Amino acid sequence: MLITCPYCGPRDVIEFTYQGDGNRERPQPASQDLDAWNAYVYDRLNPAGDHNEIWQHSGGCRAHLRVVRNTITHEILSTAFARGGHKSADNRAEGRS
Amino acid sequence: MSPRRTETGGRIDRLRTIRFTFDGAAYTGHAGDTLASALLASGVTLFGRSFKYHRPRGLLSAGVEEPNALVTVLRGEVREPNIPATMVEIYDGLVAVSQNRTPSLAWDIGAINQLGGKILSAGFYYKTFMGPVIGPLKGTRFWMFCEHFIRRAAGLGKAGTAPDPARYGRMNAFCDVLVVGSGPAGLMAAKAAADQGARVILADLEANLGGSANWSGETIDGMPAADWAQRMAAQLAGNDNVRLLPRTTVWGYYDGNTLAALERVTDHKEVAATGEPRQRYWAIRAGTVVLATGSFERPLVFPGNDRPGVMLAHAAERYANEYGVLPGQRIALFTNNDSAYRSAVALKKAGAAVVAIIDVRGDISNEMRRLTSDAGAELLAGHAVVATEGGKALTGLKVQRFDAMSGSLSGDERSIHADNLLMSGGWSPTIHLASQAGAKAEWDPARQAFLPPKPTQRWIGAGAFTGSFSTAEAIAEGRAAGLQAAGGAVSSGPLPVVEAAPGDPNPAPVFEIKAKGKSFVDFQHDVTAEDVRLAHREGFVSVEHLKRYTTLGMATDQGKNSNVPGLAIMAEALGKPIPEVGTTRFRPPYTAVSIGSLAAERFGDLKPERLTPMHDWHIANGARMYSAGLWYRPMIYGLPGETVEQAYVREARATRESAGIVDVSTLGKIAVQGPDAAEFLDRVYTNMFSTLAVGKARYGLMLREDGLAFDDGTTWRLGEQDFLMTTTTANAGKVMQHLEYFLDVIWPELKVTVTSVTDEWAGAAIGGPKARAILASCVTGTAVDNATLPFMGIVHGRIAGVPVMICRLSFSGEMAFEVYSGAGYGTRVWEALIEAGKPFGLVTYGLEALGTMRIEKGHVTGAEIDGRTTARDLHLDWMLSKKKPFIGSAMMDREGLIASDRLQLVGVVALDNRPLNGGGHIVEELDEANPHDSLGHITACCYSPALGKYIALALVKGGKARHGTRAFVSDPLRNRFGPVEIVSNHFYDPDGSRMHG
Ligand SMILES: [Zn+2]
Repeated sequence: MLITCPYCGPRDVIEFTYQGDGNRERPQPASQDLDAWNAYVYDRLNPAGDHNEIWQHSGGCRAHLRVVRNTITHEILSTAFARGGHKSADNRAEGRS
Repeated sequence: MSPRRTETGGRIDRLRTIRFTFDGAAYTGHAGDTLASALLASGVTLFGRSFKYHRPRGLLSAGVEEPNALVTVLRGEVREPNIPATMVEIYDGLVAVSQNRTPSLAWDIGAINQLGGKILSAGFYYKTFMGPVIGPLKGTRFWMFCEHFIRRAAGLGKAGTAPDPARYGRMNAFCDVLVVGSGPAGLMAAKAAADQGARVILADLEANLGGSANWSGETIDGMPAADWAQRMAAQLAGNDNVRLLPRTTVWGYYDGNTLAALERVTDHKEVAATGEPRQRYWAIRAGTVVLATGSFERPLVFPGNDRPGVMLAHAAERYANEYGVLPGQRIALFTNNDSAYRSAVALKKAGAAVVAIIDVRGDISNEMRRLTSDAGAELLAGHAVVATEGGKALTGLKVQRFDAMSGSLSGDERSIHADNLLMSGGWSPTIHLASQAGAKAEWDPARQAFLPPKPTQRWIGAGAFTGSFSTAEAIAEGRAAGLQAAGGAVSSGPLPVVEAAPGDPNPAPVFEIKAKGKSFVDFQHDVTAEDVRLAHREGFVSVEHLKRYTTLGMATDQGKNSNVPGLAIMAEALGKPIPEVGTTRFRPPYTAVSIGSLAAERFGDLKPERLTPMHDWHIANGARMYSAGLWYRPMIYGLPGETVEQAYVREARATRESAGIVDVSTLGKIAVQGPDAAEFLDRVYTNMFSTLAVGKARYGLMLREDGLAFDDGTTWRLGEQDFLMTTTTANAGKVMQHLEYFLDVIWPELKVTVTSVTDEWAGAAIGGPKARAILASCVTGTAVDNATLPFMGIVHGRIAGVPVMICRLSFSGEMAFEVYSGAGYGTRVWEALIEAGKPFGLVTYGLEALGTMRIEKGHVTGAEIDGRTTARDLHLDWMLSKKKPFIGSAMMDREGLIASDRLQLVGVVALDNRPLNGGGHIVEELDEANPHDSLGHITACCYSPALGKYIALALVKGGKARHGTRAFVSDPLRNRFGPVEIVSNHFYDPDGSRMHG
């Protein structure tokens, strides 16, 4: 599997660390809504198909990326910096990888 | 020369004799021989005993698909089992032994299983040993009783127990075109792609490139095909953009056109060259892959088809043409297709007598009739073999009239005298890699075979792999594939001209001859056609269930021979056509892969190591080192004759009496900087950091999102916006990732940067009653008295001219200081401290003494912060701020995390004055025979010089409520039982008067 880091370019998955489901929404820090916290900490979508994920380029620039990956084909559909405001890389434009 | 060796021919070097042993007996062969060909030439017919019935077995094949002739190769104490003899290249001094026989191959006790064939039919193990216990001879308990004997009797090779001293390498490779398989198709593809300027890798699992050209006996461009292949390979080797990888099995096809391969670098050598790994793991990223992996000839299923001397037709042809070995003197062939006729002619040419060709088909073409007479053989069209005879070698066979349409036999049996029976049940393309790459194979009724699926990744097929079984087609397809893979235009130039025997590539759809006797489908797992039918009768209708019940295709060869015949028999039993029964998908690895090659540089002398700046000093001064993760740290600085316990007790005692110094450079260090740094730390730590004054440090605790304890350490405020965080050695990387995640994903608005500076600082902790005096004698530029440097205070000064940062904090419980300097000056500062400490009796101490003093103080480390404990469990609830939310604060008060029966940190004292062990259980009632009802476990233990007792920290149910009570340690693994007292974890100086001074 290759993931295209917007900063470093296409890199082997071995350089990345999976950092979890990218759909999770963290409640406000002071929130006392236990159900919301529970959903954030434990609930995962686990779809068969396109999935929003967080990956860290831990063996590279160390940026966290928002990655859309197809869990059936392992195709990476898009990658972007999690911090936002930066350009995103579209893996489709560079051919499947 | 041996009687079976031909005078000329083949690629072996008859002038070079190689000596080796098999089952203790000395043999010779020639350079270029495999273990199989050399033994065959020496007249060996018996190579192994079968898995279940211990039937004698000989060579079935000449290649990687060999199911019978599995051997164990010994190199000193190291044994590698289950290698096909066909894949072992002989070298001087090779020691190989056969498998699955007691006491010897020829006299095998287990062969008695043959008599019990009825008992050991499909599902025997399941039926006998699964399910409820009914009577004494049923069920799981009976299995446990019998397992030992059955595992000894039914099995393949035994794994060794000696550590493997071999080195393994790993290589990442990139290419435009990867060609897998170096037969005529692969060679043409590689050449065409290379001529286009593409970067090409050509891999073949055999030692010699050329594939079928090495033994086909055909002519290409006017020269023997083997010579043509050699010339092509030599040309390719001369190209800078081509890398040839012989002895390299491409075993996995993964996402993104990434392929895994195993190169056997020195397995064929008597002695490896300096620095050569035994095997090398290749991760190859290919722009396009050309799959030219050829095809496997299929066995026919008939009674006695497993007798030594019954072999695949092309294998015999290969032994004769490639190795100059005749597998028999009087050879018969049994076929459902044309390819065996070519084999017959080849063996005749090599000097054998071909007595008969038995063909299931009634209608034989004139071309095949001509080849039959070229071979000097009798043609028995519309016949089938119904039995074979002989013990450890074939002596003859019986044939009967056969109708291919109905499968029925008729007429009288006729005996044929032969010492070798060659069979051909058609050919199956080797589509394993394409199947791994993701798509489903398609059944081709003409070829009676599964053809490769439509590509789901970037690969192109060529040659027999696509079902194009002739060399001329392979050459044309190979060139086209190579050009296409390299992005070149289709060439119309002349192709090499092939002269080959004619033949129809389509076999008759006959897989099995149903006659009395055991007809094997899966040779390696001893699965017969009757086993498959029995499983069906018992209700196993799904292919996957049938496979598992009969174990068909589940041995080390993964059904390379049995796949299609097995499916055909299942299909017939189910009354469905083969494509509706479906094939199973092939999965990596294609052949067995050594674990060592996967570990490669992560193991042994190539494993990375992290050394502190003072490492050399420790070694020079007698430290015994410990590996902790990748780090090496002093364990003790032992004196001559001292035990480990004596050494750490002396070091700890001296530290508490005068002073001790320890290298703490391995602690994780993270610079947390920026306008929002203090706010960020307030969110990350359970306690407050924004209130921390510049020039002061604070002990902090982090939780995970789920409210459990994560890591602890001190963080120093060096400036308004500048903090230096320390973490435990083990969690440095995890904490860094944790901080980065929150800054990137959760709170991108915070203006904070985090930088790992672990390797920038050398750290020394100096503690004990004399520590301050020692510092005072060597530090310049600052005072170190109580007013200037109070508890948790930070000062800047110099030692030996080197700028240092000193923080007064204590892990040992003594008055102690951590002295940080630039990593490059670590040894200089360390030596200056040692020198200054001499008049004060300063000792160096290692991890053991460090651990001892922290246990005495009751401080926690990773053994207690084990991912299951909360701050309360560890009595760190005083650190949970109520003034602010922090990571984990919302989840930490959940019911289960505040329950009263949770394991809590306590101290334990051995009342029998004997050492305790980490992992030992604490129990209320001692029951050595049947230990039960654990209250918790010991996390860390030592002999405490301060208390003069063996003590430990433990996580125990009830925790504080048990202080002062008696219990027992129960450690059946180490046979350690005895009374203990449960006490507070603060064994020593509980009010901290010593460190506050
Ligand atoms: Zn990057």
